[in-house]
Amino acid sequence: MYQISLTHYLILSSIIFTIGIFGVFLNRKNLIIILMSIELMLLAVNINFIAFSTHLNLILGQVFALFVLTVAAAEAAIGLAILVVFFRSRGSIAVEDANSMKG
Amino acid sequence: MISVFFYLFSFIAVFSAVMVITVKNPVHSVFFLILTFFNATGLFVLMGAEFLAMLLLVVYVGAVAVLFLFVIMMLNIDFSSLRAGMIKNAPVGLLIGVILLGEIIFSFIGMKYGIAGIPGNELFVQLSEVENTRALGKVIYTDYIYLFQCAGLILLVAMIGAIVLTHRRRENVKKQDAVKQTLRSKSDSIEVSKVEIGKGV
Amino acid sequence: MLKLLVFLPLMGSILSGLFPKFLGKKGVIWVPTLFSFLSLFFSVILLAQAIGGEAYITHLCYWIKSEALTVSWSLRLDVLSAVMLFVVMLVSSLVHLYSIGYMDHDEHKARFFSYLSLFTFAMLMLVTSNNFLQLFFGWEGVGLCSYLLIGFWFKKQSANAAAIKAFIVNRVGDLGLILGICVIYKLTGSLDFNVVFDKTSSFLESNIHFFNLSIPYIELACFLLFIGAMGKSAQIGLHTWLADAMEGPTPVSALIHAATMVTAGVFLVARCSPLFEYAPIALNFVILVGAATSIFAACIAITQNDIKKIIAYSTCSQLGYMFFACGVSAYSAGMFHLMTHAFFKALLFLGAGSVIHALSDEQDIRKMGGLAKALPYTCAAMWIGSLALAGLPPFAGFFSKDIILEAAWGHHSTFGYIAFYLGLIAAFLTAFYSWKILFMVFHGKPRTDISSAHESPLYILIPLFILSIGAIISGWVGYSMVDTHHDFWLGSILILDSHQALVNAHHAPLLVKLSPIIVAVLGIYFAWLFYIRKVHLPKIYSEKYSKLYEISRNKFWFDEIYDFILTRQLKNIGNVFWTLGDIRIIDRFGPNGIAHLCSLVASKIKSFQSGYVYHYAFTMFFGLIILFSWQFLIYFGWL
Repeated sequence: MYQISLTHYLILSSIIFTIGIFGVFLNRKNLIIILMSIELMLLAVNINFIAFSTHLNLILGQVFALFVLTVAAAEAAIGLAILVVFFRSRGSIAVEDANSMKG
Repeated sequence: MISVFFYLFSFIAVFSAVMVITVKNPVHSVFFLILTFFNATGLFVLMGAEFLAMLLLVVYVGAVAVLFLFVIMMLNIDFSSLRAGMIKNAPVGLLIGVILLGEIIFSFIGMKYGIAGIPGNELFVQLSEVENTRALGKVIYTDYIYLFQCAGLILLVAMIGAIVLTHRRRENVKKQDAVKQTLRSKSDSIEVSKVEIGKGV
Repeated sequence: MLKLLVFLPLMGSILSGLFPKFLGKKGVIWVPTLFSFLSLFFSVILLAQAIGGEAYITHLCYWIKSEALTVSWSLRLDVLSAVMLFVVMLVSSLVHLYSIGYMDHDEHKARFFSYLSLFTFAMLMLVTSNNFLQLFFGWEGVGLCSYLLIGFWFKKQSANAAAIKAFIVNRVGDLGLILGICVIYKLTGSLDFNVVFDKTSSFLESNIHFFNLSIPYIELACFLLFIGAMGKSAQIGLHTWLADAMEGPTPVSALIHAATMVTAGVFLVARCSPLFEYAPIALNFVILVGAATSIFAACIAITQNDIKKIIAYSTCSQLGYMFFACGVSAYSAGMFHLMTHAFFKALLFLGAGSVIHALSDEQDIRKMGGLAKALPYTCAAMWIGSLALAGLPPFAGFFSKDIILEAAWGHHSTFGYIAFYLGLIAAFLTAFYSWKILFMVFHGKPRTDISSAHESPLYILIPLFILSIGAIISGWVGYSMVDTHHDFWLGSILILDSHQALVNAHHAPLLVKLSPIIVAVLGIYFAWLFYIRKVHLPKIYSEKYSKLYEISRNKFWFDEIYDFILTRQLKNIGNVFWTLGDIRIIDRFGPNGIAHLCSLVASKIKSFQSGYVYHYAFTMFFGLIILFSWQFLIYFGWL
């Protein structure tokens, strides 16, 4: 327990990942929480990559994490832009109001 | 020593992640998200990836989280009327999440192998000859140059996309169209007409 | 020729019914009429042939061909069917002609003529049938056409109700007929007339054992067949439809309810005479019912005020005569009376129609009077018809009615004597109400404005004229039917040697022979007394015997009793079945239930498509977990 190993990091990353998943579909507050949960999930993945990169002594993991970071940032920007437009046309970002796909 | 820091960082990270999704005020959620990122930065540094750690701070906290804050404040959400609270099938979701977590953890540990302390599972942060930054730079611009350019393109597209989505045309604002101005010709502006004496145009 | 005779009316009906536009306004009227007259012409020729001795069966095609039962469509010509053919075609053609004038103002002429011809075809099928099944087909066909024609003016609620009533009451009788046919089939294994009649004598002793009772098959069969005849010919108990059937146009009443359909019952009994002869109990029942009907209907007729209803009850009464004639084994007398009755009853109906037409659809005789000057020909026709009906010589009714009453007397049995005396009383009443009509309609002071009454057009008068001639001469002409020295019927009617009623009839004492005439004259006298001489008498007597008057006027409350006992209860039962059984149970588990279930399931499934992204994400996640767990468990050897 005292010696930090790869497993510790992986467990941590999976915990944060599941918390992110919970954030996506357990939240009833507003849509921004969903975007933040996605960021959490991406963070967890990043931790995973870095952990493996260190464990395997390869720089490739960090490269990949770098790109993930980039894409996450881009995605957050676009997501927020969509949110803004959504809010403009609906007037509300409550999750329960976003059900126009109801069949 | 390292383990103390590890546990500290990881507990706070997990705690603030939970807080992100449970607090009422969205601004508070963003703050907790920032806290999570900070702790993740710490973890990265512990693992020896300091460049990425700083990058995380600069990009995520400095840009993305601030963007979140801007949007929240711009939308002027009346959070007191937002419905908080768990849904009825939260227990089911919780259960499923726990199952997932358990399985992931199991798969990482390997039931046959027990927990830490087995060979091959160590995490030695090796001090290498080059710094992290240099090591990254050596690889990015050479082996993964195409991916690097793609990443740039992605950022470009994101920027354009964000502008296109949120651009609003104001009706009563006069704008200059430079192209139109320079392409104006004589026939557009002047008209010659013969006028009879005594009569108007 | 027989085939042509039978199928011409059908063609006329189809042409008029399905292609009215093709035929044009004149065509729809004249084509069926001309076809009917053509068939009439053929029927005369065939009658002459049949009397001369020619009898044959024309096979058309097979209907059912199986080992157990073989039934074919075939047309049988013998004296009985030839006589009926002639009667049916004559009245039918004259009614067609009459309808051209009577239905002049109606917009549905094509439908009317089509139905008339269809009825004629069904009746012809009935009388020329060679087996019970085809007879049943004709039976049902005339029932159907009766329904169609009674309810011809379908916009009148009462007409629709009357049509249904006729059909349903007929149906009750048909049940007996069907059961009778089944018994016959069980007995003889065939439905062909020739086969059945030949085999009958060998089954005299075979009984059916039913709940400790042992009934001879033949008795049962004849009894059931007679129930069918009761329904069709409106005998007591199943007579309620005939009076209401007057909702139909008058030509319909003349054709169907005077001359042809109601005589189908008599025809059935006469045709099955080989069966009935061996069923003495059934014959007695026939006598009883016939006699009861004749007096029952006459009792009701004397207090009615609608001209058509009086004549309808008169028909009912005369049919009773025909039936008890058959019951005493004097089938020939019954058929003879059928023929003469067709003439004068149709005459009376058509005459009444002429009066109604002249007075613009007024049917209540209390509102008529003094029409003799305005409608001379109609008046003469009605007088002739009534004289024939009452049975005064030399008119037709005298011969046929007399021979029936004499035969009843000549049967020398209790039932016979009962029939004789009841028949006499009925004759008295018949004369009474017939002259009631005459006096109240044509003589005396006018009770309403008759200035607009005019004589009817030629189309109406010609049939009246022809029928009048028939009513006068058919008695002499047809007398050979009942002449026992000359075998007129040539085997189409069987009379056992032990049944000597007809022979005895010719040797009845003079008083018996004259009694109908005396009684008829008495009836005329009383009618004159009540309605011309001392017009206040009806009122006094009706108040003095108010109970009897009420009973008679309300038709012995048959309708009300049936309604209370049967109709209402059946309706309630039907209602219960409908609401409980059908709606609650069957519909719930059947169509409605399944539809409801479908929409329920669909809405449950639909709730998956909630529109919330997080629901979808959750579903995806859930699926992922399942997949993951599955692999996980396989990997670790637990699955």
